[in-house]
Amino acid sequence: MKKKKVSSKDELKKFGKDLVGQVKKGKNPLIELPVRSLSNVEFDKKSRTLVLGNKMASRQFFNVAHAKKFLQTLEVAKVSGDLLKEKKHASLRDVFYMVKRTIPGTKVNVVDDQSESDSVIEDMELIVGKSREQLNVNANKMGSVAGKVVVEDKGDTIDWSKMGSGGWSIPSNVEDIKFKKVAAKYVLYMEKSAVWERLHEDRFWDKQNCIIMSSQGQTTRGIRRLLQRLYNEHKLPIYVLADWDIYGAYIYSVIKYGSIALAHLSEKMAIPGVRYLGITYQDIENYGLQKHLIKLKDTDKARIKQVSQYAWFRDNTAWLKQFIMMKKIDAKAEIQALSARGISFISDTYLPTKIKAKDFID
Amino acid sequence: MVKHRAEELAKEQREISVAAFFEKNRHLLGFDNLLRALSTTVKELVDNSLDATEEMRVLPEIKIELRQLGETRFVVSVQDNGPGIVKEQIPKVFAKLLYGSKFFRYQMSRGQQGIGVSASTLYGQLTTGKPAIITSKIGKKRPAHHYHLKIDINKNEPHIIKDHIVDFSLDHGTRVEIELEGKYQKGKQGVEEYLRQTAIANPHAEVIFIGPDKKKTVFKRVVQKLPKEPKAIKPHPYGVEVGILLRMAHQSKARNLQGFMSSEFSRVSSNLAKQICDRALVDCRMKPKELGHVQAESLIKSIRETKIMAPPLDCLSPIGEKAVIDGLKKEIKADFYAAITRRPKVYRGFPFQIEAGLAYGGEIPSDDSIRLVRLANKVPLQYQQGACSITKSVLQTSWRNYGLSQSKGALPVGPVYLLVHIASVWVPFTSEAKDAIAHYPEIIKELKLALQDVGRKLGSFIRKTVKAKEQQERVNLFGKYIPEVARDLAILSGENKVLIEKKLNSILKKNAKAILNEKKES
Repeated sequence: MKKKKVSSKDELKKFGKDLVGQVKKGKNPLIELPVRSLSNVEFDKKSRTLVLGNKMASRQFFNVAHAKKFLQTLEVAKVSGDLLKEKKHASLRDVFYMVKRTIPGTKVNVVDDQSESDSVIEDMELIVGKSREQLNVNANKMGSVAGKVVVEDKGDTIDWSKMGSGGWSIPSNVEDIKFKKVAAKYVLYMEKSAVWERLHEDRFWDKQNCIIMSSQGQTTRGIRRLLQRLYNEHKLPIYVLADWDIYGAYIYSVIKYGSIALAHLSEKMAIPGVRYLGITYQDIENYGLQKHLIKLKDTDKARIKQVSQYAWFRDNTAWLKQFIMMKKIDAKAEIQALSARGISFISDTYLPTKIKAKDFID
Repeated sequence: MVKHRAEELAKEQREISVAAFFEKNRHLLGFDNLLRALSTTVKELVDNSLDATEEMRVLPEIKIELRQLGETRFVVSVQDNGPGIVKEQIPKVFAKLLYGSKFFRYQMSRGQQGIGVSASTLYGQLTTGKPAIITSKIGKKRPAHHYHLKIDINKNEPHIIKDHIVDFSLDHGTRVEIELEGKYQKGKQGVEEYLRQTAIANPHAEVIFIGPDKKKTVFKRVVQKLPKEPKAIKPHPYGVEVGILLRMAHQSKARNLQGFMSSEFSRVSSNLAKQICDRALVDCRMKPKELGHVQAESLIKSIRETKIMAPPLDCLSPIGEKAVIDGLKKEIKADFYAAITRRPKVYRGFPFQIEAGLAYGGEIPSDDSIRLVRLANKVPLQYQQGACSITKSVLQTSWRNYGLSQSKGALPVGPVYLLVHIASVWVPFTSEAKDAIAHYPEIIKELKLALQDVGRKLGSFIRKTVKAKEQQERVNLFGKYIPEVARDLAILSGENKVLIEKKLNSILKKNAKAILNEKKES
């Protein structure tokens, strides 16, 4: 992020001072920040990541449509300021409860839903040029890792190969983790924690000398940051294993290019070199999974249409072919469909074969 | 000799008097049940009284009294300050069905067929055996005649039981008392609601009601001027059918067909009459009394093919926009009133005119369907709402455009009292009970246009009030936000909270107008 030299605390104070300055001049106080939506996200062909465009959104207090959002922004800024002062970290859920209350004399709540405070926190990152973690707000930790790696976190030495059946759970802030020893040859990231458990039980990371990592559903910032660090600092190839559906494809693209909502963080998180391992349509044919598919819903079809028009998919023939096949056979496949060929088919046959053959989609 | 069955039957076949027919078919006239019988009787008597007073051009003052004699036994008494009825006519008016002044003329009036009042006499007589008691006086120095009358059902003729002279408190007027079996109930289809709606539609009338509980309700006169006098018109050729044409021709005193047509129809000149006859290949010099069926049919065909000017339209007497609003205002406490009187139009050769009025808000319940009041020639229609073209037109109007909620095929919901009036020289009812208006496309079109007109007025009022309310809420909301914003800003910047709050309040004050007028953008 820019303005690295100024502390978060000072940035927040500057933000407050600027608004008070406007008020003192008798102006309708205004907060400006880049628009965070598809309309202001560009796919930068050079860096092959999603970057934020130049469109600015303004948030004025004395505007019926903005007033509540304006107040939410100040409330979140205040909460973050307090956290920094007390040197404490709060979760997104904590922040939601710290902000949530009814405005006296009205029936209006500052926030009604956690998604509102979450979104304002992302806005704050853009307003003060600090990441959420630098504002002392963390996400819930989600996801596990296992493999031949030793790290140091807050003075503790942690060996990812000796973490029992659950693996090491990845914290939401991985900035201060130090890699002491990295013996693994590549990272396998998967969308499903159930699949991670399968591979861990089969000690796949030991046999293949790799790192296995997962979260449930959307990839968290902590995981994305950790993947990028392993990729940048230790040059480990990163492979993604996801369901053969449009959501799997999007999860892959977020890791690779960045996400629309967090396009301002692409630089810190996107990994253009990541590769998609499976599931692919070819896998379904090669391993005879045709009888283990799930029929597409209307929402799936609509999402396929939408995603295939994103600039970072639009010219990607390999992916477009996958989408066409999904529509053509009107179906999708989960990673676990491979279990139809035997419970450990995935670790014994599928993954080693694919990795050896370098059977990837870019 | 063999007796044929037909010959036996012939002995039983005889003429049925109209009175005997209605004895059996009382529902056709609106006497289906006790509740309705009572309200129909009141309605027939009040309608007659209003017609009579208006014909005399005096402001109506009508007194209605219901005396309860037993659980289902009532005396209905209605007194008016009308012109009274000459002695010789009294028995026929009140004790002979289908006798009246209104049937053969084309003039806007409440009564049309000359059945109503004598049907009430008949109903009372059938259920209680008691005669109708009439008192009528036609002038200051004239005697008041007092009659006890029954109907001879077989002959449909009056049967006079008592005939003498009494004292009467008014200079002129009529009082009718009928004892009958009935049931009194308040509510949507009750007597009181009927009188209330009558009072709204006739704000120039003073209506006094004394209920069975002796409680007196006065529906005050708020308009001091009589409505325009409706004019009688001759029938228009487009509204005439073969049978009517034959009857009119046979009764005509004109010397030839051409003269008959030009003198007894509206908008038919001598020249046009000849044209019609020529086109029908009927000799226009023939005597009307000799007009045959085949000729009549070709005349009708010829009329339909001839372009004839619309009948005169100034013959109607609408309530008037101002009077509709005055009428609504006096009975309904509301926040907003609107009314429209459309220009007269024609269906089947009959002029008609649509009016609509509405009251919104105030004390009208808001979470219920709107109250629809249907009126025909200023008479409320309380039954058969679903069969009426007024209801149909209300249902087919999209009230959502005007700020009310409405589910498909249902009356809109909201605090609205909606009045719709059709005035015509001949109101097309679906039955003799006069409950519902028939579905003529010309009428439905006008009804919809009238509804859309008051609907638009309502819509713009709702939008305005909603907007004003929203604006006030916005100012209030900003006021509530200010202390919160000031506190956060003070904490973030380290500056004085009171100062920031003061400054924000002054910005709000200074810019209130601009802030309120801005559109809500997303």
